[in-house]
This record gives sequence, C-alpha cells and structure tokens, in this order.
Amino acid sequence: MISEKTIQDAVVELLRKTVTRMTDDVVNELKAAAKRETEDAPKMQLKAILENLDLAEKTTTPLCQDTGVTIFYVSMPQCLKVDVEKGIIEGVRTATKVVPLRPNAVHPLTRKNPGDNVGRKMPYVNYKVWDKDYLEITVMTKGAGSENMSQLAMLTPSQGVKGVKEFILNTVLRAGSNPCPPTVLGVGIGGSSDIAAKLAKEALLRPINKPNEDPEIATMEKDLKEALNELGIGVMGLGGKTTVLGVNIEYAFCHTASLPVAVNVQCWAARRGTVQIFPDGKMKFPTHEGG
Amino acid sequence: MKMQVRLKTPISEQDIRKLNAGDIVYLDGIVYTGRDEVHIHALEKAEHGDKPPVDFNRSVLYHCGPIMKKQGEAWTLVAAGPTTSSRMNSLEPKFIETFHPAAIIGKGGMSQPTIDAMSKHGAVYLAITGGAAVLAAKGVKKVHGVHWFELGMPEAIWVMETENFGPLIVAIDSHGKSLFADIDAIVKKNVDKVKKKLNIA
Repeated sequence: MISEKTIQDAVVELLRKTVTRMTDDVVNELKAAAKRETEDAPKMQLKAILENLDLAEKTTTPLCQDTGVTIFYVSMPQCLKVDVEKGIIEGVRTATKVVPLRPNAVHPLTRKNPGDNVGRKMPYVNYKVWDKDYLEITVMTKGAGSENMSQLAMLTPSQGVKGVKEFILNTVLRAGSNPCPPTVLGVGIGGSSDIAAKLAKEALLRPINKPNEDPEIATMEKDLKEALNELGIGVMGLGGKTTVLGVNIEYAFCHTASLPVAVNVQCWAARRGTVQIFPDGKMKFPTHEGG
Repeated sequence: MKMQVRLKTPISEQDIRKLNAGDIVYLDGIVYTGRDEVHIHALEKAEHGDKPPVDFNRSVLYHCGPIMKKQGEAWTLVAAGPTTSSRMNSLEPKFIETFHPAAIIGKGGMSQPTIDAMSKHGAVYLAITGGAAVLAAKGVKKVHGVHWFELGMPEAIWVMETENFGPLIVAIDSHGKSLFADIDAIVKKNVDKVKKKLNIA
C-alpha cells in the first residue's frame, strides 16, 4: 500500500540523497575536467569542488548551501487513490528541518519567508499518469545562481538552426562567471513559450552522458559542448578548458510561424534524484544506487 | 610574484593595499554574511542616520546565505558557500563608500563601479569556489549570532568566527585589477573562433 506517509518518508529520503550526493554522470565529467585542465586557477577550483563532494557525501551534508526550490516530476499509476501532493508537501517540510535544507521559498513580492520551503504552488509538482504499477518521483534541487541566468527567446522560423545556436552561445556569454560554471545547459526547442521553458528544464533530468536519441539532435549537443568549451570562461569564470559539462536538448513540434527556444542554465552542482515506490510500499532510488 | 597570506579581521587599509590580483588569502576572525536584503536595509538605515547592528568598518563581508541549524539556543553552521555577487552590483559601490569594508568574499566577480569603489576605499574582492559549501564551512569555527533573522535564514547577517578560512583568491585588488575582466578579454577574443566552429560566423 502506498500511503501519504509512505510518500512523505520517500520524499525526505530522496531530498537527503539528492542534496548530499551527486549522480555519477556529473561527478565523472567533473573528474575528467580536473584531469584535462593545465592552468592553476581551474585546477584549484576543481580540486575544491571534488573535495567538497567527497566531504558532503561522507558527512551526509548538503554539498551546496543553496538547496534550491523543490520542483517535482511525478509519474503515477492510473488507479492510485492517495493525495500525492500532500505527501510531497509534508516531505519537503520535514526534509527542511531534518536534512536540513535552506528555507528558500519566499513570497515573490513581499519576500516574506515562511521558513519551511512551502508556500503557494511551492513545492511545484508536474504530473504524468503512466501504465506502470509503481509511483516515480523525481526532484531537481537547483540553485538560483544558475536559474537566474536562464533565458527564453521567441525566434522567427527564418532564424532557423543558426538562430538557435546563436541564442545558446549568447546565453552562455551573458551568464559568464555567474552561474557557477562549468554548467550543464538544458535546451528546449519548439512547442510554445511555456513548453520550450519546461522542456529546457526537463532536458536537465537526462544524464549528461546520454545523448538525445535523435542522431541529429545528439550531434548538435556534442558540437555545442565542444565549441562552447573553447570560450575560455572556465571553472567559476576563472578560465580554462571547461565551461560546460554537457548540453542536453529536447524538442517539440511547434507552430509553423514560430521558433521558441529556452535555455535552462544549471550550475556544476547538477543535483537530481528519483525514487520509485512500489505497490507493496518498497522503495528504490535508481539515481543513487550503492553508497 | 603571487603570494599567500593569512590575515586577521578587521584588516587595515595598509594590509589590503599590499594584495595583488591572483594572491591567495586565508582568513581568521569575524566575518559577516550579507547579501541582497542586508545591502538594502543597511543602506536604508544609513540614509536615515541610523547604524546597522554590526560595524562593517575594515571588516569582511561574505556574500553568503548559509544553512544553519539551531541546537538549543546556539546556532551551528551546516553549509556556507558563496552566492552570486553580481546581484549586488548596483548596491555595492554605495555600501563600500558608506561602511568601508576591507574585503568582500563572493563568487563570479563584480562590475566596474565596484572595482572603482574598491580602489578608492582600499578594499578587495576575494573569490571562493561556488557550491563548495561543506569545504567552506570547515573554516568556520563558531557562529556568534545572528541579526535581522526576520529577513529569513539566507538573507540575515550571520556573525561567524573563521579560522584559516580559504583558500580565497584575490580576484579584484585595490589597484583596479580584476581577474574576471582579464578572462572576459580572453573570451571576447575566442568568440569568433567558436562561432566559426558552430557555423554561425
């Protein structure tokens, strides 16, 4: 039986794992970057980053003080008769106290902070119903430093692929040293303004060592990564060979008269986690196996 | 020649003027956290002839919103990496001019008006690795207290005692040099090459 309490407990554990230990795809890319760099400044920064990851995991401490706002992606079985959102909200509230998470969620205008990361439409939950018998919850705990550098453009169809690449390049240039590079770029192409922005963020849920299944898009991802790494912005904006760790693109068909593009900039601390809750209440954390 | 120095807060203008961009600094003593809201509120106070609750003169201000945990009556630090300094670009020159801090710790660098204010008032910008919050917390010995907690945990002024806090890179010195500006110049040169590679030149 999956109850609200089961979901609450799963979400607390999911958040604890997500903010204290990064997934292997990103860690491996950071380690590869540390080997590649030759200059002192980026080497020193990457050494600190890797040391910090090690310390955070060993002490089960949030690796970055910015534990983000909690955005969830839920895939649920059709017949699930339980208030998933209530379980998630209570999970976030408990995790804020016990992990602990930084209370980041505030009213957008009064800036009042309730202190528990819960407020109107926050945590934000995206739902999908699927034909599997288990409930899957994915969370992204993304800091504001990188989120603030994200951008949306409504290009004209005549601007085409060239316009899309230019926009991605300009987003990286404008972000510069601010978003804690090396970054992961989530790119959403097509749909509509809201769909492009949503796809850009969802693109970040895919491991960076897994290219898009469409070979043309996969080539674009690889080309962009290679080219952007020649910019020289580097780790923490202090120069070197690593400006991006990965570029993940998702697309949707769009209106014949439009070409929306969104870039969601993700800092090196690209934290995401997934929990699967089975009908018997058992849990699995596919993003955080072992350890 | 790059040097490595250990400095105790508060720091005199003379000691700050000795630092050059690229030098490595480790800190001891009191460091105050302060970001968007602290800048806004401290400057508002000053405008009305009031003082903020701590003395920023020759002190170190850390652009940081930490995770703190209350155990009994005392606060303990969990994680304390830097926040993006450029958000304070519009407020920092006035903050430096009004309160005369000796150093600002952050990430990502700051814009020309802040570089100018640092030259004029003898201050430096010290860069610390963004996201490396557990490592940074290792250099904090004790949390002495908090002011303006009503602004929320990330936005309050936390009074932290540091010990061998670092390594911090002098990224903007008090002579007008900025490592970030140097990198910007390199990036500008590289853009054409990158555009050619992407077939968008």
